[in-house]
Amino acid sequence: MIDFIVSKYNYWIYIVLMMIGFYAMIGKRNLIKKIIGMNIFQTAVILFYVSIGCKRGGTLPILEYAHGHAGEAIQASAYINPLPHVLMLTAIVVMVSTLGVAIAIVIMIYLKYNTLEEDEILKAVK
Amino acid sequence: MIEQAPVLIVVIPLIFAFITPLIGWRRKELCYPWIILALTLSTFCSVIALLTVIDTGVIHYHLGGWLPPWGIEYVVDYLSAFVLVIVSFISLTVAVYSKKSVEQELPDKIPYFYTIFLLQITGFLGIVVTGDMFNLFVFLEIASLAGYALIAVGEEGAPMASFKYVIMGTIGASFYLLGVGYLYMATGSLNMADLASLLPDLYGSKVVLVAFTFLIVGVAIKMALFPLHGWLPDAYEKAPSSVSALLAPLMTKVAAYVMIRIMFTVFRPYFSIEVFPVTTILSWIAAAAILYGALMALAQTDLKRMFVYVLISEVGYLVLGVGLANKNGLTGTILHILNDAFMVVALFMIVGAIVYRCGTREISQFRNLHRKMPFTMAAFVIVGLSVVGIPPTCGFFSKWYLILGAVDASQWVLAGVLVLSSLLNAILFFRVIEYAYIEPRNGHDSGGESLVVAREEAPLSMLIPIISVTAGVVLFGLLSGRIISTVIQFAIPACF
Repeated sequence: MIDFIVSKYNYWIYIVLMMIGFYAMIGKRNLIKKIIGMNIFQTAVILFYVSIGCKRGGTLPILEYAHGHAGEAIQASAYINPLPHVLMLTAIVVMVSTLGVAIAIVIMIYLKYNTLEEDEILKAVK
Repeated sequence: MIEQAPVLIVVIPLIFAFITPLIGWRRKELCYPWIILALTLSTFCSVIALLTVIDTGVIHYHLGGWLPPWGIEYVVDYLSAFVLVIVSFISLTVAVYSKKSVEQELPDKIPYFYTIFLLQITGFLGIVVTGDMFNLFVFLEIASLAGYALIAVGEEGAPMASFKYVIMGTIGASFYLLGVGYLYMATGSLNMADLASLLPDLYGSKVVLVAFTFLIVGVAIKMALFPLHGWLPDAYEKAPSSVSALLAPLMTKVAAYVMIRIMFTVFRPYFSIEVFPVTTILSWIAAAAILYGALMALAQTDLKRMFVYVLISEVGYLVLGVGLANKNGLTGTILHILNDAFMVVALFMIVGAIVYRCGTREISQFRNLHRKMPFTMAAFVIVGLSVVGIPPTCGFFSKWYLILGAVDASQWVLAGVLVLSSLLNAILFFRVIEYAYIEPRNGHDSGGESLVVAREEAPLSMLIPIISVTAGVVLFGLLSGRIISTVIQFAIPACF
């Protein structure tokens, strides 16, 4: 069991991070804490993707410098898969813009109600 | 030009969106014709795409010339062309409609509003046209981010509603992204057609099951399917009227489209029906959504909030057809994507027009509204009849196919739920019609004074979209046989 956890520790960390983020999004009452939770949640997904592409002992997927001679057959198994990492660049952009929009909305809320606690705001809205 | 149509559908609103603030910086009043131009072009391209598909079959467009499993591919088949035309036409009508209400509600934010408005539509169109799972995620997030921003500028309480939507929407999007990640882990591909050919060998794998679950839950959050609908009522009620009119019909329909795509294109139908019987679960959830939406709508005194709950119940119809997973059920769902988009957009445009003229949405304040706004209220009656499902309006036909589907699947309870929800909808709409049309007959109160209500119809730029959409509601009802025989029967996955 311990072996199973240790050998795939990055996936376990991803699950733990995700649950921490999830708890903060659902359980916390402060809006900024919710946003932090949201960020942790998304970062967990990124860790997951990066783990998929990773490979022990793999090298950079740049053909020219990785294996020296051009004539050699390319061993796909020696390279790490760059695609999940590239996808995560896009996901990071999405994440940053979500964060931006969320913070902008929180600023609007703060200017209107002068508080960031959810229950106080809901009381003020009613 | 014609072979570029699939990409132009998305690119035109995207580029026009970025030029909008520049135009608004010089001349604010030019923004409106500018976005009308963009959406007209986009609608034109979608219609071309639909006609090409009917003529010559599925269009594959390879972005940058990269071949499918590696590059991003845009695929326009019958289903996506059909949804594309609906999305682009409805956004065009809402854009025409938005002029007066935006001038009233957001006078100093017009250029920015229209920029995000166009980005929103870019997101919707991109979701429909793409053939790549990850690209779909990006468009989903473009649509959602634009939606958060548009909702947040609404009335009192809108920022908080929008914040709730940000949290829920992000969970949904992250689940979808995780699902795509698990699929990529199992197959090494992101292209839908490629995935469809690689996956059948892996149907036993737990990774694929987890991926499927994440994808469906993620889409269900975006769609506001019943137990996951928590963000929707506040968000769509508090948004500006033209934003509700844009988001309410389209976001749910586009998400329903994604659900159909995932369940029946990316995964083979027998996976969703037999290997992992999600369709059965979905159909019962959908039945709960239909009843919950209708019952909650009965409890509302605010017209817009009532429509929001009607929308939740309509999402139930869409999912019910998917869940029945037979030919009639899916015909019903796809027909309902068309019908419901038109009905819901009409309802939200009507409530926007009423708010514009009367400044209230309380149903009890609607006395003599038929004298004040005769055309708007006439449209309301027609659309209301359609939501109830009275022929020859289009709502009848999609419900008819859904009931046929339920009977085919021998799910008598579900058929009963559909009939019951029609009755509930009838109560709902007749209640409003009674308030608006029937004058109180109080003895001491002289009947004569109520007759002198000044006629104050909504402005033409609002009335024309409302009337044309209402005409659509009747027309699609009359033409539903044609629509099914030319488009929808080919849009259904081949094995049904």
